[in-house]
Amino acid sequence: MTSHAATLGSTARRPEPGLGIYDKKVGMWVFLCSEVMFFAGLIGSYIILRFGASDTWPMPGEVLNVPITAVNTFVLICSSVTMVKAFASAEAGDLRAMRLYLLATAIIGASFVGVQLYEYRELIHHGFLPSSGLYGATFFTMTGFHGLHVSLGVICMSWVTVKAFRGGYTQEDHEGVEVIGLYWHFVDLVWIILFTIVYLI
Amino acid sequence: MDWSLPLNASTQGEAIDALFWLIFGITVAALVIVELGVVWFLWKYRGRKGRSARYTHGNATAEVIWTAIPALVMVFLGIYSGRIWANIRSIDSFPDDALTIGVVAKQFEWNVTYPGADRMLGNADDFTVRNRFEIPVNEPVVVMLESEDAIHSFFIPELRVKQDAVPGMIVPIWFQAIRTGEFQIACAELCGLGHYRMRARVVVHETDSYEAWYAERSAAAFATTQ
Amino acid sequence: MATIVAEATGTPVLADEHEMPFIRKYVFSTDHKVIGIQFLFMSLFFLLVGGFLSVLVRYQLGWPGRAIPGGEALPEAMAPGGIMLPEFYNSLVTMHGTFMVFFAIMPLLVGVYANYLIPLQIGAHDMAFPKLNMASFWISVPAGILMMASFAVEGGAAGAGWTSYAPLSARPDLSGVSVGQQMWIVSLVVLGLGSLLGAVNYITTIINNRAPGMSWFRLPLVTWALFITAILILLAMPVLSAAMIMLLFDQTLGTNFFLPSQGGQPLLWQHLFWFFGHPEVYILILPAMGFVSEIISNGSRKPIFGYHSMVFAIIAIAFLGFIVWGHHMFQSGMNPALGMSFMIATLVIAVPSAIKVFNWMGTLWEGNIQFHTPMLFAVGFVMLFVIGGLSGVYMASTPVDIFIHDTYFIVAHIHYVLFGGSLFAIFGAIYYWFPKMFGRMINDTAGKIHFFATFILFNLTFFPMHGLGMKGMMRRIYDPAQYEHLSDIQDTNTMMSIAAIALFGTGLYFLVLFFWSLFKGKKAPANPWNATTLEWQTPSPPKHGNWKEVPVVYHGPYEYSHPDMDRDWLAQNERPDIVSPAHPGRTGAAPDSTEDGAE
Repeated sequence: MTSHAATLGSTARRPEPGLGIYDKKVGMWVFLCSEVMFFAGLIGSYIILRFGASDTWPMPGEVLNVPITAVNTFVLICSSVTMVKAFASAEAGDLRAMRLYLLATAIIGASFVGVQLYEYRELIHHGFLPSSGLYGATFFTMTGFHGLHVSLGVICMSWVTVKAFRGGYTQEDHEGVEVIGLYWHFVDLVWIILFTIVYLI
Repeated sequence: MDWSLPLNASTQGEAIDALFWLIFGITVAALVIVELGVVWFLWKYRGRKGRSARYTHGNATAEVIWTAIPALVMVFLGIYSGRIWANIRSIDSFPDDALTIGVVAKQFEWNVTYPGADRMLGNADDFTVRNRFEIPVNEPVVVMLESEDAIHSFFIPELRVKQDAVPGMIVPIWFQAIRTGEFQIACAELCGLGHYRMRARVVVHETDSYEAWYAERSAAAFATTQ
Repeated sequence: MATIVAEATGTPVLADEHEMPFIRKYVFSTDHKVIGIQFLFMSLFFLLVGGFLSVLVRYQLGWPGRAIPGGEALPEAMAPGGIMLPEFYNSLVTMHGTFMVFFAIMPLLVGVYANYLIPLQIGAHDMAFPKLNMASFWISVPAGILMMASFAVEGGAAGAGWTSYAPLSARPDLSGVSVGQQMWIVSLVVLGLGSLLGAVNYITTIINNRAPGMSWFRLPLVTWALFITAILILLAMPVLSAAMIMLLFDQTLGTNFFLPSQGGQPLLWQHLFWFFGHPEVYILILPAMGFVSEIISNGSRKPIFGYHSMVFAIIAIAFLGFIVWGHHMFQSGMNPALGMSFMIATLVIAVPSAIKVFNWMGTLWEGNIQFHTPMLFAVGFVMLFVIGGLSGVYMASTPVDIFIHDTYFIVAHIHYVLFGGSLFAIFGAIYYWFPKMFGRMINDTAGKIHFFATFILFNLTFFPMHGLGMKGMMRRIYDPAQYEHLSDIQDTNTMMSIAAIALFGTGLYFLVLFFWSLFKGKKAPANPWNATTLEWQTPSPPKHGNWKEVPVVYHGPYEYSHPDMDRDWLAQNERPDIVSPAHPGRTGAAPDSTEDGAE
């Protein structure tokens, strides 16, 4: 048992270290925990519903255009690569490269959403709707909410990009780039899971 | 109003009531200890000038004791309840020779389907009665419970039976009445504006009178369908 | 690390009251204290709304079929000639639960006190994300307005219960409610988003912005409870949002997640709802337990008994809270074998609750008990929460639950936990922190009258519900007289309704007292209760930015009646020179009471 005097020496005037990570980054991680639970709710429901009706569940290839989405998945993965590059450039102090990579990420993200909208249009055109059985319901809900997340990501990414072009980030201070990057990678990761379970199996 | 459980009329009711009163004994004992303890402490240690509180941060022994005792009581209750639960609800507990009756709930009525002479549901000799559930005493009864629309709950207080009727599912339950009488089915799950009046007559017959009722109803049903 | 130092200490200007326009200072404020107070006014308003709805419910149960006095003013679709319709009754029951759970008790506990207390108790200038914090409040307001407005639309407000079981909630043709149910869903999804922003804020702030010396095991139990609560909100709320969105699609887009017609599963809704709903129960009780720990320790003038086990009990309750949701579904048609495992987990969760109760008793033991109003409410909490906790054992036991499930026994249980529990703790907290928030005292005698009236009327209203449940009276029924087994309960129901209406009267009395004290209460000193935690070491009310200089923490949170002190409290930030290393009363001390707890 230590005495007050002994502990005093060790704690006085020293701030509590927390995690040693800046607030925005902690906040984003905490927020992503919540996002994990949101998608876990949707994906968990999908799994339960699918197992409950496995005999009538259609093969994804019969309904969906898998090749086009495979390309789209590749596009989204590319945007994660450019995101990594943007952050690495910021760390290295190459702010011009950082701006261009951010711009590229935003554009690639937007084109992913564009392709998804095109896919939706085609599906609806062929009569595949959210009301087309459990398959339609789960497909549109899961991919739709993912698309919404990408869209919000693109909006935030554009904001970060504009800020970057106005010189808002430096080699020392580019928290915004790192934080949006965390979100971006998370959304990509969710897509890889969704693509696997919705389009492939 | 008197404070009591309704008259019990089923085999599972005996086990449920015994467990209820066991838990009652345990919880009332715990309640008395805590409430009297709190009141006694409030009186004994009420603030007075010149005295001071005892400076202590806890006591490991005491904390271990009052963690262990509730834990043991709860584990005991869990095991004891689990056995009774298994006797009432597990798949193995269903008697083989039971009378099987179909109950379909819909807003706001109970449709009860009886099997024909083959004692099997789901063929042409079944007949259906609306808002009357009549069974023989001292014979196990299986109810195949379904719903057509919202979720309802099949509740007969005296038989200590309650089971939700869920659309899209057929839920089997079984029970055995031990006394004759007239009771009611009550809907125990909010199912819409008529929920409060979704009731049906329950009659537990002597075997003879059940047979007579069954024969009469069965004949009447076939007279109308032919 | 360097950034944290800068953030924790680098902004002394904040503590100066610089001039801000009214709208930035009181309306769109980013100051956690103003936001907390805004939440307080909002949730007291909704508490009043929820209470009023319950009075209407009790009126119907007390005097079935009799015209409500003044009820002729209600529209034909609710109460023609003042006589309540069953569908309106269902809406009242549903909206009473919804307002109380989501718009009154949850924001009172979390919105008000997490906002107000966390930065003050951990010695921070403000929340980590003040703007998000402001957004969290201003998202909640339209959600509440939307919920209120649903009474005015065609078909009325949602009427499928606060649990909104599908398919009733998903099919307007079954419930008669379409737009109202959709507004209910949208409102709760929006509110959930607001709670989420709050939770992210509280968690980040507590992790990162503690003052020097404020180690984890020196955090006041309120902050601990709110921290764990925020984690529960963070992980449970999004699951509800996902479920709500699917329900909304079932209503509007023709999907069939919860409709069996094309393979959907009604029980899926229940699983998702209760996966959220059970942690929600602990969201509604853990902060209350925190308040009570704080107040009982203060009122007993004693350190809290077993600080560490209190913390671990909170964590255990939160963890177990995520694996017991199935105990709401024992009679739902879920596999009976699952019922078995949910029962065991549920019974186990009684243990940490019992630990907390015994530790509160341990705190009272050999104390020097001061009976101020907050203390009365805290002790009232313990006495009533015990009843609610013990009645939970009946429904945890699956066979007994067969009989009492969906009866008034459950209604009694939830009210003993949420009213006798949470709301008593909230009243205690309001009386306790009112001087800090508004710089004025609430008259103690007036507060005691409020306590005794509430305590007696509460028991008269809710205790007989146990008996009604034993009789087999179902929940949410408009007219018990329909049933033979409920033929002799009308007198009891009438008595309970009279008590309930009087109980609502005590609520009005409290509101008058609250607003009167706001303007006319005696000026409060900085530390009216001689309390030890950091918020009491600032002026009442604290200035914007809280501290001129960030406090340094030397002790655990409840150093009352230290034998070497000439007064009976030692604030967390007081220099310990006067304190000797000896700790009488800690002889044979607990192994879990490590150094921090001893300080």
